[in-house]
Amino acid sequence: MFANLRQLPRYRGLIQSLVARELKARYRGSVLGFFWSFFNPLLLLLVYTFVFTVVLPGGWDEKLGPRALFLFCGLLPWTWFSSSLIESSNILIAGGNLIKKVMFPAEVLPIVSVLANLVHFLFGLIILVVFLVYYKAPLQVSELVWFPVVVLVQLLLTLGLALILSAMTVHFRDIKDILANVLTLWFFATPIIYPISDINAPTSGTPAWAKTLINLNPFTHLAVSYQEILFYSGPFGHWKWLLALGFASLLLFLFGYFLFDRLRDSFAEEV
Amino acid sequence: MNAIEVANVTKIYRRYARKKQFATLKSALLKGSLIQDLQPDETFPALQGVSFSVPAGTTYGIIGRNGSGKSTALKLVAGITKPTTGTVKVEGRISALIELGAGFHPEISGRENVFINGIMLGLTKREVAKRFDEIVEFAELKDFIDAPVKTYSSGMYMRLGFAVAIHVDPDVLLVDEVLAVGDEGFTHKCLDKFGEFKRRGKTILLVTHSLGLVERFCDEALWLDHGKVRGEGDPKRVIDAYLTDVERSEERELAATEKRVLAEPGRAEAERAEGRGQRAESGGQRAEGGGQRAEGGGQRAEDGERERGAVEGRWGSREVEITEVTLTSNDGQATHIFQSGERMSVHLKVRAHAVTDDFVFGIGLYNAEGVTCYGTNTHLEELQPEEIREEGEVTFTIDSLDLVEGTYKLDVAVHKRDGYPYDYHRLLYTFRVKSRTQDVGIYRPHHTWTFSPTIKLRRQ
Repeated sequence: MFANLRQLPRYRGLIQSLVARELKARYRGSVLGFFWSFFNPLLLLLVYTFVFTVVLPGGWDEKLGPRALFLFCGLLPWTWFSSSLIESSNILIAGGNLIKKVMFPAEVLPIVSVLANLVHFLFGLIILVVFLVYYKAPLQVSELVWFPVVVLVQLLLTLGLALILSAMTVHFRDIKDILANVLTLWFFATPIIYPISDINAPTSGTPAWAKTLINLNPFTHLAVSYQEILFYSGPFGHWKWLLALGFASLLLFLFGYFLFDRLRDSFAEEV
Repeated sequence: MNAIEVANVTKIYRRYARKKQFATLKSALLKGSLIQDLQPDETFPALQGVSFSVPAGTTYGIIGRNGSGKSTALKLVAGITKPTTGTVKVEGRISALIELGAGFHPEISGRENVFINGIMLGLTKREVAKRFDEIVEFAELKDFIDAPVKTYSSGMYMRLGFAVAIHVDPDVLLVDEVLAVGDEGFTHKCLDKFGEFKRRGKTILLVTHSLGLVERFCDEALWLDHGKVRGEGDPKRVIDAYLTDVERSEERELAATEKRVLAEPGRAEAERAEGRGQRAESGGQRAEGGGQRAEGGGQRAEDGERERGAVEGRWGSREVEITEVTLTSNDGQATHIFQSGERMSVHLKVRAHAVTDDFVFGIGLYNAEGVTCYGTNTHLEELQPEEIREEGEVTFTIDSLDLVEGTYKLDVAVHKRDGYPYDYHRLLYTFRVKSRTQDVGIYRPHHTWTFSPTIKLRRQ
């Protein structure tokens, strides 16, 4: 396994060009082309803002700051996470030709889909920065240095899950359909549209088991980290959780790679 | 030194039942016993104990019928799949022409696809850039290289895939039946490229159904049959052994088909009921002259012909019955395979249930397209029937079966002079004609070539 893992940097060039291809091919033929990378998160944000300020305006403590900005801080990373997983769950089957007919390092495929979505995330960040400036968000350099760390932790976590899902889906096609629903549940079990303080407050009606669930959810800590760094004023207090999650994500990535490697030989036959 | 060494390799494909897969997922999730539960329901051995080695710098051909394990062997050498047991060793960079253009993305241009495909096949970006012009020129796609690949014709697509794969400059080239992709000109170019590879001392492993290619190109050949090695060594010898085996199984197949067709009485009866008015002169779709000479049968026979079309079947009143039909060759052995120019005899066993003086025996030969190659009957040949009683045998012998290679069908019939059928067997018998010469047409007249002394030719 480690021998194969060490090979991974050798595929740098391949991964690079495949990511570039994904991005180019994605919007080929559409009128706005690459601008969709900006418009998509913007439109998503408009939808959520509409829902939570016009349709369901209550339940938001205005002292915290603008709700749209809060939503955006969680939605953007979530979109990266969920689209990466959905894409990679199907990627080995979609790329079946490569796996069956060419000597091709299969792990490159889920990695490419996670990275391509990372690039979209980074484009979305540009929109987020515009919003941050517009709303005069309380940004601090001491907090912002943590931002790349959060992204890195999320990258590791996503890669680990993507490897596991892509390898398992080859054998169990049902995963694709299960995943879509699990992700919907996962989204609501993550403090993205509501602040974590609402859940953890003693006055909240949330049952204890749900609180535990939400606090055990790894993406909770990513979302909270993004929100603390970009949205809330005050120092970044969640760093211990973040580092613990980072360590766990590294283990998950290694486990994912191990599982992928174990199942690798079966791909060419099962795809 | 051997470039490829395959030692005692067995490859077993597994099949899982769908239902089981769901159960497996459930138990995997509940008990975490994934590895143990991944036991297949059914296995299929694609290769069994196959060994061969290819010395560096030689061209090696693998032949065999569909499903014999050729492609599996190639995939194992390419490293796409792993052997269940045994070892596969390959020295040097491999390029596999298994599926051309695998990994092309339809939405992006040919240019970008060349780069990505080249990188996938193990080149660096700079190496692709260096060979880019050569690749495009080889693929003959200069004018289209910036168009998205989805707009390419399938020929263009394959040519580009071939061009990239061949310019990877491998030490070992694996080719799986890909020469059928281009037009004549491109195929020649590919063959030239293979020749160049050979001259430069590269190793080529070729999987193909084109035996001529193996005979011409390969230094050695391997014959796989049902996952086992049946022969190895000199291509000519291996190919001959293979062809003999194919012939034998074809013979078995034809015999089996014949039995099946004859064992369908229901169908034959139905044909008979339907063919009340079918009074056909035997000898097939008669040539005009034949038609006019046949008295009485004329119009009715033509109607019947149209009605029946080319459907095989059997009908007639059976007052005189054809009970058995056998084909024999020179040596008197029953067979369905003949060499062109060989003697063929058609033996009919007949039984007359009543004594009669009105009977005609007929024969018709058709090729696979349904064209009448020859048809005749005893009436047309002015043989006056006098009497038939009880059992007898009729033999129709063609001294020299001068037909070109192909599959032919046979009509045999016995009927009244006016066409009223006693027993008509329409297209029920099949035989195959083999020929060393790849000449075309239907009939091969006896012929000779003569040249004046200034024109010299030599037999190959």
